[in-house]
Amino acid sequence: MSTLHARIQEERAKYPAGSSSAVMPALRLAQEEYGWLSPDALREVADALETTPAFCKSIASFYDQFHLAPIGEHLVEVCTNVSCAVVGAQQVVEAFEDALGCRAGETSPDGKVTLRTIECLGGCGWGTIVSVDHRYRTRVRAEDVPSILEELDDGR
Amino acid sequence: MAAELDEIVLANATTRLAEYEAAGGYRALAKARAMTPAEVTDELIASELRGRGGAFFPTGRKWSFVPSKEQLPKPHYLVVNADESEPGSFKDNEILSRVPHRFIEGCLITAHAIDCTHVFVYIRGEYSGPYEILVGALEELHGRPDLRGDVTIVVHRGAGAYICGEETALLESLEGKRGQPRSKPPFPAVSGLYAAPTVVNNVETITSVPPVIAMGAAEYVKLGVPNTRGSRVVSISGNVVNGGNYEIEAGMSLREIVYGLGGGIADGRELKAVVPGGSSTVILRADEIDVGYDFDSLARLSTAMGSAGIIVLDDRCCIVQLGLRFSEFYEHESCGKCTPCREGTRWLTAILRKIEDGRASQDELDLLLDVCDRINGKCLCPLGDSDAIIVASYVAKFRDEFQAHIDQGGCPFGGHSSLDGVLAPVAMHAHAPAAGVPA
Repeated sequence: MSTLHARIQEERAKYPAGSSSAVMPALRLAQEEYGWLSPDALREVADALETTPAFCKSIASFYDQFHLAPIGEHLVEVCTNVSCAVVGAQQVVEAFEDALGCRAGETSPDGKVTLRTIECLGGCGWGTIVSVDHRYRTRVRAEDVPSILEELDDGR
Repeated sequence: MAAELDEIVLANATTRLAEYEAAGGYRALAKARAMTPAEVTDELIASELRGRGGAFFPTGRKWSFVPSKEQLPKPHYLVVNADESEPGSFKDNEILSRVPHRFIEGCLITAHAIDCTHVFVYIRGEYSGPYEILVGALEELHGRPDLRGDVTIVVHRGAGAYICGEETALLESLEGKRGQPRSKPPFPAVSGLYAAPTVVNNVETITSVPPVIAMGAAEYVKLGVPNTRGSRVVSISGNVVNGGNYEIEAGMSLREIVYGLGGGIADGRELKAVVPGGSSTVILRADEIDVGYDFDSLARLSTAMGSAGIIVLDDRCCIVQLGLRFSEFYEHESCGKCTPCREGTRWLTAILRKIEDGRASQDELDLLLDVCDRINGKCLCPLGDSDAIIVASYVAKFRDEFQAHIDQGGCPFGGHSSLDGVLAPVAMHAHAPAAGVPA
C-alpha cells in the first residue's frame, strides 16, 4: 500500500487547490493507519497538508469519530437515542458493561474493546443499533451481546 | 385519503448499473440533457417538488436562484446533503443503499440544470455501508463517459456531528473547517461552497428528480395533495410492530401510517404519542393522529413533516424523560457558536434532570419555559430552536405529567418508563452542572 503521505495527496487532488477540504479525509486515513490521532499523527497530517498540527487538532476535536486518545482494538458503539432506547438500548449497554468489565466511555481492562454510547446512528426502525468497528448490527437485544463479543474474539 | 402508491423513489432496487439501465434507468438523464437547463428547472418548479431534508423549500425555485456564469463568473457546485442524523430518520440510508444509481442520475440531472460540473456528496461518517455502495456505483459510472459527461462526483465523509446536516455548517465542514453554521445572507445559491454559487439538496430530493423528469411535472403533480406533491419516504420507528422505511403518497393519514404500514403498537401496548417528523418536530398526542401526513395538515397542528422520522411512543414513555433525552442530544450536538443554544441546551437539560429526579420546585417549571423563550428565534441555525420548541410542546401537551413529578417528588413511572436510566453520550462522563442552576 502507498504511504500515508501519498494517500493524503490523492485526497487533496479531489478538491480545489488551496482549499483545506482534505483535512477530514486525511485525519480519517491517519486514524485508520495508527488507530488514533496521536500528536505524531497530527504532525504527519499537518506536514502532508502543508498546515499546522494545531489546525488539524482543532478539526479533529470537533468531530466525535476522531480519537485524540488511544482506544481499544475494537470499538463498540450503542445508539441510545429515543427510538433505540424505547426498545431496550440501555439493557444492551449494561450487558456490554457487564461482559467487558468497564463502563460506557471506557476500554475493557484487557484493552480489547472500547465501549461507548452514541447519538442516533440512522437505523431507527431496526433498533437497537450497535456499531461494531463501524459496521451496523440491527435489532440487537441484550441476549445477543455474548455472541457479538465472541465474534470479535474469533476475528483475531 | 391518498391511495396506495407504487414506489417511485425506491422502485426497482438495484445497486448495479446494468440492471438499473435495463429497468429504464438513466433515461430521464437523456431526456433532461435534451432540454435546456432552464427548461429542466421550470419542469421542477411545475412539479412542486419541495426539499425532503426538513425545510421543505421548493426545489426548482432554489435552483433558479443560482446566478448565471455571465452574472457571476465562478464555478457552480451541487452539494448533496447525505448527513442524515436527525433522530428518527433513516430514509436516506435506505435510498442510497437500495437505489444508488437513481440517486446518481438525480445528481447528473441537477448538475445539468444548474450548469455545474462538480458535485460533492457529504455523507455522514457512520454510514460505512451506504458509502461503499455509493462508491461502487460511482466506479461503474466512471466506465460510462456517455452517462457521466463532464461531471465529477466526489463523496466526502463526515466524522460524527449532527450540526453538519445544517446546510451552511455542512459547507464549512466540506471546506475543511469546524462544522459551525454561517449567518445568512448571503445564501448558498449566491455564495456557498468556496464562496461560489451552490445548490444544497437532500438525498431524497435529488432521488426524486429522475421520476419527476421521467413522468413529467404534469403527472407528478397529480400525486399528493396541495402544497405537498409527489411521494415521501417515511421512516417509522419506536414502539411499532413493523419499523422501517415506506414510500407513501403525500397526504396519507398519520393513523394509517402508524397502524397500517407500521402494523400498530408493539407488545399490545397503548399509543401515547407520536413524534411526526424527526426529534425536532412538535409532538402529537394519541388523539391527534387523524391528520394527513402533509405540510398544510400538520401545520394546522403547529408541527411538520420535517425529515419524515415518525417515532411512535407507547404508554410506558415518561414525557419528562423524553424531553431530557432529546435535550441531552441537542446539548451534545450544539456547536457552541451562538450563546442561546450553547447555554440554553445545557440549562434545559439541567432543569429537566431536576424535574425528573423530583428535585424541582414549581418555579423551575416556569423557568424551563422561560429558557425555551430565551432560545427560540434567537439562534443562528435551527438546532437550539428545535430543543426549545419540542420541550415547550411536551409541557403544553403533557403538563399533568410534569406537575406530577414536582408534586410527587419523583417520576410517577417509578423506574418503569421505557426511557428509564438511558445513558446519553453527553452524560457518559461526569461533567459540571450548568452554572447558576440551583442544585
